Amino acid sequence: MSRIQNRFTELEKSGQKALVTYVMVGYPSHKDTLSAVRGLIEGGADIIELGFPFSDPLADGPVIQHASTISLEKGTKMAQFLNLVKQIRKESQIPLVLMTYTNILYSKGYQKFFKMAKEAGLDGLITPDMTVEESKEYLKAAKNAQLDTIFLVSPNTSKARLLQIVKQTTGFLYLVAVFGTTGVQNKIQNYTISALKETKKIAKGKVPVGIGFGISTPNDIKSYVKHGADAAIVGSALIKLIEKTPSNKIQKTVASFTRQLKSATK
Amino acid sequence: MKIKFPKDGRFGEFGGKYIPETLVPAIEELEQNYLKYKNDPDFKKELNYYLTEYAGRPTPLYYAKNLTQKIGGAKIYLKREDLLHGGAHKINNTLGQALLAKRMGKTRIIAETGAGQHGVATAMACAALGLKAEVYMGYKDTIRQKLNVFRMNLLGCKVHAVKAGSQTLKDAINEAIRDWITNVEDTYYLLGSAVGPHPYPVMVRDFQAVIGEEIKQQIKAFGKETPDTVIACVGGGSNAIGTFYPLVDSKTEIIGVEAAGQGLKSGMHSATLSAGTKGVLHGMMTYLLQDSEGQIQETHSISAGLDYPGVGPEHSYFKDQKRVKYVSATDKEVIDAFLMLTRTEGIIPALESSHAIAEAIKLAKKRPKTDAIVVTLSGRGDKDVEVVQENVKNSK
Repeated sequence: MSRIQNRFTELEKSGQKALVTYVMVGYPSHKDTLSAVRGLIEGGADIIELGFPFSDPLADGPVIQHASTISLEKGTKMAQFLNLVKQIRKESQIPLVLMTYTNILYSKGYQKFFKMAKEAGLDGLITPDMTVEESKEYLKAAKNAQLDTIFLVSPNTSKARLLQIVKQTTGFLYLVAVFGTTGVQNKIQNYTISALKETKKIAKGKVPVGIGFGISTPNDIKSYVKHGADAAIVGSALIKLIEKTPSNKIQKTVASFTRQLKSATK
Repeated sequence: MKIKFPKDGRFGEFGGKYIPETLVPAIEELEQNYLKYKNDPDFKKELNYYLTEYAGRPTPLYYAKNLTQKIGGAKIYLKREDLLHGGAHKINNTLGQALLAKRMGKTRIIAETGAGQHGVATAMACAALGLKAEVYMGYKDTIRQKLNVFRMNLLGCKVHAVKAGSQTLKDAINEAIRDWITNVEDTYYLLGSAVGPHPYPVMVRDFQAVIGEEIKQQIKAFGKETPDTVIACVGGGSNAIGTFYPLVDSKTEIIGVEAAGQGLKSGMHSATLSAGTKGVLHGMMTYLLQDSEGQIQETHSISAGLDYPGVGPEHSYFKDQKRVKYVSATDKEVIDAFLMLTRTEGIIPALESSHAIAEAIKLAKKRPKTDAIVVTLSGRGDKDVEVVQENVKNSK
C-alpha cells in the first residue's frame, strides 16, 4: 500500500478527513520552502503537494503564476526538487506529491524521472494538463515506479468520463471545485456541491475524493467535508501567507495556519 | 501523407489534447460540431458567401514580373492574401470559426493575437455576425502593433494586454485558455493558428486550405499543372499549412520559412522546427523552443506574428516525414526582402510574409527560368512600417 493510501486508511479509522497542502518549490526561496514544509508537517497536514514551476502554467491563477515566475527567476531546477524530497524524507514519512505540467515530466523522460523521484521518496503525481487519452506512457512509467497517479475531474465532467478517469486514478481523485484557475474564491457554489456528491458516488469504494481550487478557510473545509469530501486541498491561500511572512517566521506561521485548517477535518 | 481528420487528434506522434479536465467537454463539443457542420451544405454556402462577398475571395495569384526580372531566375508568383479584408489570411479562419460558434449557440468569443492580425480578423468577423469579442494580446505586442489595438477597439472589441511571461503570443494564449476555463459554458475560443489541442490544428488548416486550393487552380493559367515550389512563412503555421496541405500529395517542393531573428546561433530567434525539441505546450505535442529542464524559452522575431516558441503539430509531422523543408530567414534578410518587394512591385508585405519573400529571393536565383515559385503573401505590411523605419534608420 502506498503512503497516500495508508494515510487515508489511518484517517478513516480515526474518523478524520485529509488536509492536503500545497507549496511551490523554490518560492520565495529554497530555504523558505523547507521551512514551510516543516511548518505544514508540524501543523498536522496529511499530504503535501510540491508544486514545481513551469514557464506556462495555464491552469493556475495569479498567485501561483507569480510564485512560479519568482521560483524560475531564482533558477529552480529539477535537481533541487529531488534534493528537497530527500531532505523531507530524512525528517518525515508524510506523503509527498509532485504537481507540475506535462512538459516538465516529458522533457526528463517519464520512465527515468519517475524512477529517480520514487527513489528520492516521492509518492504521487498531479499533472493538470495530462488527460487520460494522452496518458498511456505516463501511466506505464508511473506504475513501474510505483507512483500514484492523481487525476483531476471537473464539475462538468460527464459520468462516463468520470468512470474512465477513476479507473486510472490511484491515491485520490482531485475534484476541481470551480470553473476557473487556482486561487482564492469567496463563496461555495451549488454546482460544486452537486459535483462533489456525484463524484463521490462514482468513486466510492475505489478512491478517496479530494476537493481543491479556491479553498482558503477552515469554514470552506467544513462545508466540503459535510458534503462528503475525503480531503480538502489548500494551495493559493498558503502561498499568499508565505509571501507576506518574513523568512524566520515561516515555519511557525505556516504551522499555526495549518493547525486551524486541520481542525476543520476532524 | 495527408491526414484528413485523425480520430485521436494525432499527426504521427504530434498533436493530441493535453488540457485541463474542465476544457475536455468544451473540446468534445467543438469536435462534434465541427464534424457536423464542416460538410453541411448550408454551412458551406454561408461560409462561401462571406469569403466571397465580405472577405474578397478568391485572391489573385500575381506574377511578380519586376521582382522575377530583378533576380533573374525562376518565375515568382504571389498569392495575394494581403488583399483580403483586414489585410491578412486570418479572416479565412475567423469567418469559419465565428459561423461555427454561432451555430453552437455561443455568444461570447475570445481570441489571442500576436501581431494583431488575428485579433482584427476576429473583431471583424464578430462585428459582421453580431458576436461579442474579447482579445488577449501580449503587452509587448500591444506596443509594437498599437495600430491593430486601435483597430480592434474601433471594431467594438475589448483588448486585454497580458503582462505575464514574455508578454507576447504564447502568454496571450495562456491567458485566453485561463479565460476559457473560467467561462467555459458560454464562451467560444477562436484560436488563430493551426496550434492548440485537437481539433484546432485540423479545423484551422481546413479553413485555411482555401489558399492552397486556389493556388492549384490558378497556376494552370500560367501553364503549370502544379507549382514547382511553394513557400510560406511559419510561426504557428496557419497560412503555411493552408498553402501546403492541398499540395502535400503532389510533386511540388514545399518550403516553410521560420524566423531566425538575429541568427540561429544567437539564441534570439523563433525557429522552432529548425532548432527545437519535442515537448508539450498549449495542449499539443510538437516541436518547441525549450531548455533542458522543459521550460519554454523566450523567443525573438522582428515580426510579432512569428514570435512563438511552438508550431502547429502537422508541421512537426511534415518535418519528421521530410515532406516539407523548413528553413529560416534573419531579421536583416527580412527587412531587405521587404524593401525589395515594396520597391520592385509596389506591394508592401507584412514582416511575417517577408520571411517567405526572403527565401524566394534566395531560391529563385538558383532555379531555371521555367520554374514557378509560388509565395504566399499572407498579409500586408501597413502595420509594420514603424518597425521597418526604425530598422532602416538604425542600419544607416
